Amino acid sequence: MKHPICVNSDCKICESSLCCTKINNFGVKRSGIEILKNVNLHIHCGDLTAVIGPNGAGKSTLLKAILGEISHTGELQFLDANNGTTKPSMGYVPQKLDLDSTSPTSVLDLFAAAHTNLPIWFTYPKKIRDRVRESLALTHGEHLINKRLGELSGGELQRVLLALALDPVPHLLLLDEPVSGIDQKGLELFYQTVSTLRKNYDLSIILVSHDLNLVAEYANRVAFVNNKTIECCGTPQEVFTNEKVIQTFGLDWSNRFQRVEKDRVANALLV
Amino acid sequence: MHFWYSLVDFLLPFDWMQYGFMKNALLGVLLVTPIFGLLGTMIVNNKMAFFSDSLGHSALTGIAIGVILGNAFPLLNIKPIWSMMFFSVLITIAILVVKEANTASTDTIIGVFSSSAVALGLVILTRNGGFNKYSGYLIGDFLSISPTDLLLLGMVFVLVILLWVLIFNKLLLASMNPSLARSRGIKVKQYEYLFAVMMAVIVTISIQWVGILIISSLLVIPAASSRNIAKNMRQYHIYSVLIALVSGLSGLILSYFWGTATGATIVLITSGFFALTFGLKLRLG
Ligand SMILES: Nc1ncnc2c1ncn2[C@@H]1O[C@H](COP(=O)(O)OP(=O)(O)OP(=O)(O)O)[C@@H](O)[C@H]1O
Ligand SMILES: [Mg+2]
Repeated sequence: MKHPICVNSDCKICESSLCCTKINNFGVKRSGIEILKNVNLHIHCGDLTAVIGPNGAGKSTLLKAILGEISHTGELQFLDANNGTTKPSMGYVPQKLDLDSTSPTSVLDLFAAAHTNLPIWFTYPKKIRDRVRESLALTHGEHLINKRLGELSGGELQRVLLALALDPVPHLLLLDEPVSGIDQKGLELFYQTVSTLRKNYDLSIILVSHDLNLVAEYANRVAFVNNKTIECCGTPQEVFTNEKVIQTFGLDWSNRFQRVEKDRVANALLV
Repeated sequence: MHFWYSLVDFLLPFDWMQYGFMKNALLGVLLVTPIFGLLGTMIVNNKMAFFSDSLGHSALTGIAIGVILGNAFPLLNIKPIWSMMFFSVLITIAILVVKEANTASTDTIIGVFSSSAVALGLVILTRNGGFNKYSGYLIGDFLSISPTDLLLLGMVFVLVILLWVLIFNKLLLASMNPSLARSRGIKVKQYEYLFAVMMAVIVTISIQWVGILIISSLLVIPAASSRNIAKNMRQYHIYSVLIALVSGLSGLILSYFWGTATGATIVLITSGFFALTFGLKLRLG
């Protein structure tokens, strides 16, 4: 990772072609109802920004608007290292995939359809099987390659979707509760993978999660969505001690967080 | 055409194949059923069976509009197929636009459009009690395919295969999860429209041979049968096209001997395939 802190503009040391993602005065309406308004967020490459907030706050909506699937008002800019606009490639793991469990789509089909223009009902490219195995290996899902999507378990499907989002490595990775159904071992694997990618590729990551402990440990920035907007944004330290966040998630949790934080600092000092 | 005739004479030297209309119908079946098998896979994937049904119904209104236009401008000599096609495409786009507004569930919207269209068509066509003239469209007649029809069909065949090669992967992703497709740079809406319009065109062109009443079954059943046993997309397509083709050919021949409507006979055989594959699925698990 080349920059630990977020620089505003004209940064020349970015390794990724996407340097900053700037969201200014952003708003989303659906069916005439305002879902997000006045959202401001600035994401630098190499950042892992966690988006937290209560159910129905608009976290998934924010991701979909960034993807361009639903329209929005205000500014959404992707800037490269020279402050020019760019079109980043994105990886996305949806919160849920409404799958028809009878659909005859195999994991290999899904990857091949995403990677090639050769119609998969006709033939597969020669090398695709190896490539798919390789990318599934990232999330330890090689054995799933010939299974139908409909017969995967919730966690297995998330592994597959995550592997798909990471191949090819995107500039901007949008993860909507990607690990809600993944077991403990898979969870560690996931955070390790994401951290490595972040370091190696200067990747920008936006992660929606309800697991505040993991957010506190792995994210370097946290955005708290509530009341249709981002009410507070900053380092985990700043956000988890914020008045409004404490009100939403309860004092208990915040106290525990601060205790853990203190222990960590103390431990670090001891070492 | 001559080449086709002599080829059939050489390959199928049977009594019933010596008639020109049978040779035309044979070629028609060979062109139509694979297309239906192919498109059907995506129709079943997208749960669009009801949509294809309503497309068939709206053809009635297309005919009616053609009749009105024909009366109004007798010199232009508009064939019913063009007014049908125009109306099907129109109603397809209308359904998609209203669907996007997200006010009611899709099948409700389709139901509303389809019934209104049929009602309008019936009102126009039954005026002065002249509906009998058009009842042929309800059942369809494969044996009436003419060489010009076949030419049109051939062009559509090539076009559909070409499109299916070019857009299938993207269409599949878009149908699975629009956001996911979007993240990979696929313009989801464009593909959705393209596919729906393609369906409208195919249904309209084939309706005079297959018949309004059963056209959507011919689209849906081969794919649905294939789905019972397919484990991936390739098998899904292969079985679907094969089932459509085999049903088409045997249906044509049987309908000749039984003196029944060809379209309906074909559909009946596809139903047999559905029962068969369903049995296989139950046994294989
Ligand atoms: N298609 C839609 N049309 C209208 N309103 C919608 C639509 N989708 C979501 N909403 C509304 O937008 C709000 C935000 O939804 P969103 O899915 O973004 O919440 P979320 O923060 O992701 O919640 P969760 O933590 O439960 O995943 C909700 O109040 C929801 O009712
Ligand atoms: Mg959500």
